[in-house]
Amino acid sequence: MRRSGGALALRGGVLALGFGFLYAPIVLLVLYSFNASRLVTVWAGFSTRWYGALARNEGFRAAALTSLEVALMAASLALVLGTFAGFSMARFARFPGRPLFGFALMAPLVVPEVILGLSLLLMFVAGESVIGWPQGRGVMTITIAHATFGACFVSVLVRAQLAGFDRTLEEAALDLGARPWAVLARITLPGISPALVSGWLLAFTLSLDDLVIASFVTGPSATTLPMAVFSSVRLGVSPEVNALATLFLGVVFVLVALAFWLMARADRRRIIS
Amino acid sequence: MIGIGRWARLVLIGLPFAWLGLFFLLPLAIIVKISLARSAIGIPPYTPLFFDDGSGLKIQATLANFALLASDDLYLRAYLGALGNAALATALCLAVGYPIAYAIARSPGRWRLLLLFLVMLPFWTSFLIRVYAWLAILKPNGLLNQLLIAAGLIATPLPLLNNVFSVELGLVYSYLPFMILPLYGSLSALDESLLEAAADLGARPFRAFLGVTLPLSLPGIAAGSLIVLIPAIGEFVIPDLLGGADTLMIGKVLWDEFFNNRDWPVASAVAVVLVAALAIPILLAQKFLAPERAA
Repeated sequence: MRRSGGALALRGGVLALGFGFLYAPIVLLVLYSFNASRLVTVWAGFSTRWYGALARNEGFRAAALTSLEVALMAASLALVLGTFAGFSMARFARFPGRPLFGFALMAPLVVPEVILGLSLLLMFVAGESVIGWPQGRGVMTITIAHATFGACFVSVLVRAQLAGFDRTLEEAALDLGARPWAVLARITLPGISPALVSGWLLAFTLSLDDLVIASFVTGPSATTLPMAVFSSVRLGVSPEVNALATLFLGVVFVLVALAFWLMARADRRRIIS
Repeated sequence: MIGIGRWARLVLIGLPFAWLGLFFLLPLAIIVKISLARSAIGIPPYTPLFFDDGSGLKIQATLANFALLASDDLYLRAYLGALGNAALATALCLAVGYPIAYAIARSPGRWRLLLLFLVMLPFWTSFLIRVYAWLAILKPNGLLNQLLIAAGLIATPLPLLNNVFSVELGLVYSYLPFMILPLYGSLSALDESLLEAAADLGARPFRAFLGVTLPLSLPGIAAGSLIVLIPAIGEFVIPDLLGGADTLMIGKVLWDEFFNNRDWPVASAVAVVLVAALAIPILLAQKFLAPERAA
């Protein structure tokens, strides 16, 4: 294709505008978390006072611990369920109920969160009144809800990676006398490990981020970080929330960059060997 | 897979299937059941669907909640408002996202991964935080108004918040990565020799775009549009934080019915109608988003 200077400039301009739009609000948010003034819109010099205020905020700290607890458990459950599900969809061409299974795996990715939240809550309430389970709502019910949609995301990643997986490697190992379980553990699982890592991380960050579903399925005993942030944001913009957001963004950026680096390295290695 | 026994297969399929049945499909059925109940004072705050008055099991179902949805035009306006706002946001995402996806697909190979990573990164960070970031920018005394006044472009602050503008901005900003990724998928798979052939046959670049690039990127356009449109219709956080009291969207109405009015049966009826309305786009999305198709 013809590559003229004009096309190059146009492409650069489009990318600069696009990424400017995507990142400008985030950069401003981070910048203003270091603002000395309580007024978010007036710059009064560099300060870390809001980070100090944040550290002393008991409500946010308790909510952050609840969110971490939920996210760790939900992501791990989602990893197991999602890997099983993705493997089944990729490798078993027919079994009873496969279309329904496929629908149940795909639909939670797009169904509005208010519907997922309300329907799960009604299920938990009905369950408690009919069979006495779950007793009350809180960390466990949020974990179940987050594991459910997390599993759907993991299954998509695992399924996509298995679709591009070279099955002759497995067949070669089987021909050479390896047992099926050894093939699974030493060839298939390492082969899809990028999907497993990114799937777990995705389920983890989605759980940390969820406001709507958690608001529906929680009880008086558990408040997650997004719920605490949301009720504080409804009262107006606050520099403490800016500081919290900056910390959160920092952690996520590092984790995601690490995951991408690992995946890119794995890709390169596969091409070389 | 060859050699994996029946029991392993049963566990691999059965465990996630049972989980999704219990925590996704069954709850959808329960929402339908409760939309047919009456609101009641007590725990749970609705009447049972089946009850035994001594002479056998009876069913008491009512369509009163659905009649309420049909009679009060608040609900109709909220459904249409959500559909209109989401459809406009989808069109805007497509208009903004297409050039970006195209520019990434035409970038040198070593840049592409980095650019895609930068598109994905906001998606991994908090949705709530990204919507919140716009609050400080759009407020009457916010950063954008201050900038415009300082530049001498306006004398008094513009009403940037709590209107259609701020809701659309929030929707486009939040959902743009979901549009760019499938578009990039289609555009990067495009065989460039087709464009060369079109040029050799005398087609100008724009004609070649209309005749070759655009039709071949239709699967990406369809997938991206559905993946933006469906969740945007039920969106709650954006209309609540950026929309103010005048923005009528069904996700917010459902939230208010449940949390403020505590009317679970009406909230369920709102959800049932929403699911029914979204059924066809969701089934279409399943077709377009199958991973084997993308790979």
